[in-house]
Formats: sequence, C-alpha cells, structure tokens
Amino acid sequence: MPQMTMVQAINLAMKEAMREDPNVVVLGQDVGQDEGVFRVTEGLLKEFGPDRCIDTPLAEAAIAGGTIGMALAGMKPICEMQFDGFSYQSLHQIEGHARRFRNRTRGRLSVPMVMRFPYGGGIRAIEHHSEAPEATYAHWAGLKVVLPSSPRNARALLRAAILDPDPVIYMEPKAIYRAFREEVPEAPETMPIGKARIARAGKDMTIISYAASLRAALEAAETLEDEHRIDAEVIDLLSVSPLDSDTINASVRKTGRAVIVHEAPRHCSVSGEIVARIVEESLLYLEAPIKRVTGFDTAIPFFANELTYIPDAGRVVKAALETARF
Amino acid sequence: MPRETMTIAQKVESIRILSPDGTVDKKLEPKLPDEDLLGLYKTMLSSRLFDERCFMLQRQGRIGTYGPTKGQEAASLGFAYCINNNDWFVPAFRETAAMLYRGWPMSTIMLWWGGHEIGATPPKGLNDLPICVPVSSQCQLAMGISWAQKLKKTKDVTLVFVGDGGTSEGDFHEAMNFAGVYKLPLVQVIQNNQWAISIPRHAQTASPTIAQKAIAYGFDAFQVDGNDILACIVAGQEAVKKAREGGGPTIIEAITYRLGVHTTADDPKKYRKDEEVKEWEPKDPLIRFKAYLEKKKLLTDAVETKLREEIRLKLDEATAVAEGYRASKTEFFEYVYAEMTPELRKQKAELEEYLAHGAKPSHANELSRV
Repeated sequence: MPQMTMVQAINLAMKEAMREDPNVVVLGQDVGQDEGVFRVTEGLLKEFGPDRCIDTPLAEAAIAGGTIGMALAGMKPICEMQFDGFSYQSLHQIEGHARRFRNRTRGRLSVPMVMRFPYGGGIRAIEHHSEAPEATYAHWAGLKVVLPSSPRNARALLRAAILDPDPVIYMEPKAIYRAFREEVPEAPETMPIGKARIARAGKDMTIISYAASLRAALEAAETLEDEHRIDAEVIDLLSVSPLDSDTINASVRKTGRAVIVHEAPRHCSVSGEIVARIVEESLLYLEAPIKRVTGFDTAIPFFANELTYIPDAGRVVKAALETARF
Repeated sequence: MPRETMTIAQKVESIRILSPDGTVDKKLEPKLPDEDLLGLYKTMLSSRLFDERCFMLQRQGRIGTYGPTKGQEAASLGFAYCINNNDWFVPAFRETAAMLYRGWPMSTIMLWWGGHEIGATPPKGLNDLPICVPVSSQCQLAMGISWAQKLKKTKDVTLVFVGDGGTSEGDFHEAMNFAGVYKLPLVQVIQNNQWAISIPRHAQTASPTIAQKAIAYGFDAFQVDGNDILACIVAGQEAVKKAREGGGPTIIEAITYRLGVHTTADDPKKYRKDEEVKEWEPKDPLIRFKAYLEKKKLLTDAVETKLREEIRLKLDEATAVAEGYRASKTEFFEYVYAEMTPELRKQKAELEEYLAHGAKPSHANELSRV
C-alpha cells in the first residue's frame, strides 16, 4: 500500500473518478495549467485535457452556479474554491439553488456536485485564507458537509462525495495537507458520509473533534493517558452534516463526560449542536458539564497570532481535566 | 506610446417587423405555418386570461401573491417558439406565456403561486427549470447547463430569461462573461419591461442599451421590439441557430412594458404615472398580433370567441385541479436528500406525533400575510 499525503490522496480520488466516469469534471481558478495553488489538481489537465479539467475566470458565483447547472444537466462536476474565505462569494448559489433543487422539484431534479476547498488556519496565510465556515454550510438542509482528517479517509470520503446524489461541500484542512503521510490502499474505497469514526477507543471521557483539530484531540488524549491516567475516547466526526448523533451519544453514555474541539468560532457552531444533541439524548448520563475548546467569537487573527486562536493540545488537556475533576 | 483613439468594433441590430397597428414589414416577415401562428396567438391569449384568473384568485385569497405577465407575452413566447423539448428553458418569473407553450399545465403554475412545491416541478419530458425567485441567479444555472451541453457535444441550446433590473446583478455579469469565454450555446433574453418594481430603466444602468453589454462580453446582441412576436421569433431563431452550430451565445434585449403591477402586493401609482401606462397600452403585443392575423384571415371574431371559451374552460379545469391538490403535511421532509437522514426521520416523527393527536398548527400572526 502506497504512503501518501492528503494532497496526493485527494488528487488520487479525483483521478480515479475521472477515469471511471466521463461526466466527472473539475473546474475552478488555476486548477489546470497551474495544477491548483496547493497542487491538489496536479496532472489532471495533462491526463484529461481542458474539457475535463477546466481553468475558469475569477468569479466564485459563476463557478458554483455553473457547476450547479452542469449537475442539473446530468454531469458530476467538482468545483474548487481557491480558499475557504472566497467560497462566501458563491454562497447565494449554494444556498439558493444547490441545496434546494431536489426539494423544490419534489425529487425531479437534483444537484450531484462537489464543492471542495482548502479549509482552516495554521499555514501563515493572509486574511480570508484561514476561515472555518462549516457551521454556515451545515445550517443549510440539503447539503452534506464533509471534513476529512487523514489521507486515507480524505480519499475515501471524496470518492463518496463524488458518487453522492446530493451536493457535498468538502473542506480540506490545509494545515494537514502535507503534515503527515498515511498508507492508502491500491483499490478505490469509500466511507459512508454521515458516519463518525472512533479515532481512539477509551472509557473515561469522550473528546469529539474533526479536521485538523483532531490532531490536537489525539495528542491531548495521549497526554491524559500518560500524565493523568485518563483514558479518553476520541471521535472523529468526518462529516458535520449529517451529524452522527448515535456514535456521539453512545460514547458519552459510556464515559459520562465530553469535550468538543474545533477551530471554528464557538457561537452557533457545530459544538453547540453537539452539546444540544447530547443534552437531548443523554442528559442523565452526564457526570460533568460539557466543555468546548474552540476558536473564539472573533475573526481569526492575522497569521502572526493565529496559533493563539486555534485550539492546541494544551487547551484540550486543560478542559479535559476540568471535566474529569468536576 | 502616444494617446490614440481605439475603435472597438460593435454591432447591435434592432428589429421590428410588426407595427403596433399590425402592419407587417413584408421584407422581414418570417414564413411561419398558419397553425403555428394561430397556436402562438392562442398561447398569448391563454397567458393573458391566466393572468386575469390568477388576479381574481389572489384577490379572493385563493392563491398567494401573483406576478402578472400582462404586456410581456410576446417577449417570452416568441423565443420559446424557437427551441425544442431537448433544449433547456430557464425562466425568471414573468414567462408564463413561454411556460404554457412549453407544456407546463396551467394548474402547475397556479400551484406555484398557491404556495406548493409541486408547482416548481417541471413536467416530464421537458428540460425546464422552474420559476426562479433570486433575481439573475438563474443566469448562472443556465450558463452551467449550456456548458454541459457543449462539453457533452450535444447540439442542444439553453434559453434563459432575465429582466432589465436583473442585468445589474453580479450573477448576470459573471454568467455572460463565462458564456463568452467558453462560447456556450446560450441565448440570454432580457425582458426589458422598463421597471424593476419602482426603479425605472434609466436608473438601472448608464448603458444606453442593455443589448450593447454583449459587446464587452465578446459576442453579438439584438435589440428587438419585444411586443412584436415576429421580431422576437426572427431574432430568437437566428440566435438559436448560431448557438446550435457552435457560434456561441447571444444577448437579446426585448423592449417591452409591464402593463400591470409588479405583483399583486405592489401599487405602481406610488412611482409611475398613469400617462406612461396609457402610452404603452396601444403597443400591447396581443393587439398587434391579432390585427396581423385578422389581415391574414386567420382570425375572425367567431374564432376569437371560440378560443376564449376554450381557454375559459381550461382555466376552470386548472383552477379545480389546483384547488383540489392535497399534499401530505410532512412531505417537506421527503426531498431534502435522496435518502432521509436519521435526524430528519426523528424530526418528522416528532411533527407526525403532534399532528396525530388532532393538532392543527395555528399561529397568532396568521392573518398578517404578505
């Protein structure tokens, strides 16, 4: 099994889908000749030509709207927003049309598209290049919102997203694009969208996270084990819409304690939803208040100070200990 | 480099074939089969009478807000006549005449204005999108559809509508720019009806014509008398033929006039003068097309009376079908995703349980409707 980075794994998933289905096309700014600003679309133009890997003019709403149109007309398009913060310039097309067509037309028309973009902070990028907008997208019924955490699940989930009959927003944690390698099987594989993964089994508390923050959660779990003899279970959500309530609640019922970790701001966030789902389903199993370790309700600072804002393992350990000692 | 004046090549043809009094320009008159001409007239009349019916239904509280097409029948129908069922048709919301011609049942359109999603469900066999509310956003969808047509190497085209106000939106600009760059088989009709609710055409853009915007996008345009169905057809056929043959997109600005209100929730007396409406009334597309058909001996008072009676019966039937429509109260959960999520199943069960005990949602603010 080859070892690869997340960038390579995402690239592989696109190539596999494009080889299998001529209706799969990739479009966006600088995805062709330049092979993407992070090289995620490397080799696509060369292998599939300019009608399958399409460099577009600079207009996010047209990229998104054009992608929706292609999907309505029977294609399986994958569009790239160059950065998370620029995806906002296409929001009205995603909210107004991508998510609504199946419902609006009682199932007669649907939008099987993927919008993918580099997500989150941590790479010393300039303003608008470090956003964490998953809650915005997750709020809109009709979309699926996927955030992989490793090369292997990135490839499997992107394949699932491309095959999905509904629009999928696929956010690529850019801080871990090349942070580590992982073995990826030779044959294409998929993972179900909406199903969380137990990243680390444990019995004393539940740490719930996703995307790049998962690494802070896992690192914290090791510290808790080594230094405090606390055996934490870590859940990797992989998808924040649909949200896997069953896996979360099963774990919390077992441990009685929960800490939620993400880099997006706290107010009206995915962690807020998770707290609600735990309280609704498992209130009487709780031994302590649920803790949240998140970005703050400010804009993410310019990069000189971004690491203060993004949750690290230390903040997770602190919250976990407060939970354990309640 | 010295300062020089650049000459930018530009060409915008304007077309009128039928004068308001029904006089035809013989040199430009398209050769259309008699049954087509009569069919077009019947559709225009159907649209006009549909408007009157929906107006009445709205006033009686039987449907919601309604946006009439009155005065603009030719400016959508003439273009819809130029495409076939394999082509895609993407309306804004004042294209009732074109939708009826495409084959949308009257009852379906009534159901849209009556607040039912089934009214946004295109009939089988038609490549149509439904009425689109967010102004100009449909231009992007149509652009993408025509892009797929080109990538799939079909010979099909996409016909899309927007209003004069919609051309100020970023979506219009972006869609036209992409259509030009990729030379897409797209026909973009602008129904310039002079008013975007209360904003007159001159306050919408400093551009002397809307058609000329095509020049900046690198393709051709027509400006046609949008109340002259023959001019709409001639321009539409040329644009469709060009698109089908790989010649790229065309903008067609159809000059027309919104004889009625923006919607039933609107009072145009607040912003436009009655005299202006009076000036446009004799230019009504139905008046001149009727005069033309009478001169061709295709239409007589007897035929007109018969047509009106036929349409009235169809409207009665459509009204009954629309008012007889009953959807399940919890149907809105069914089409969010191809497969319902566990959370949606839970929420649906929660609502069903509430409704099962005889509850009938009643709201304190029920009477303060739009």
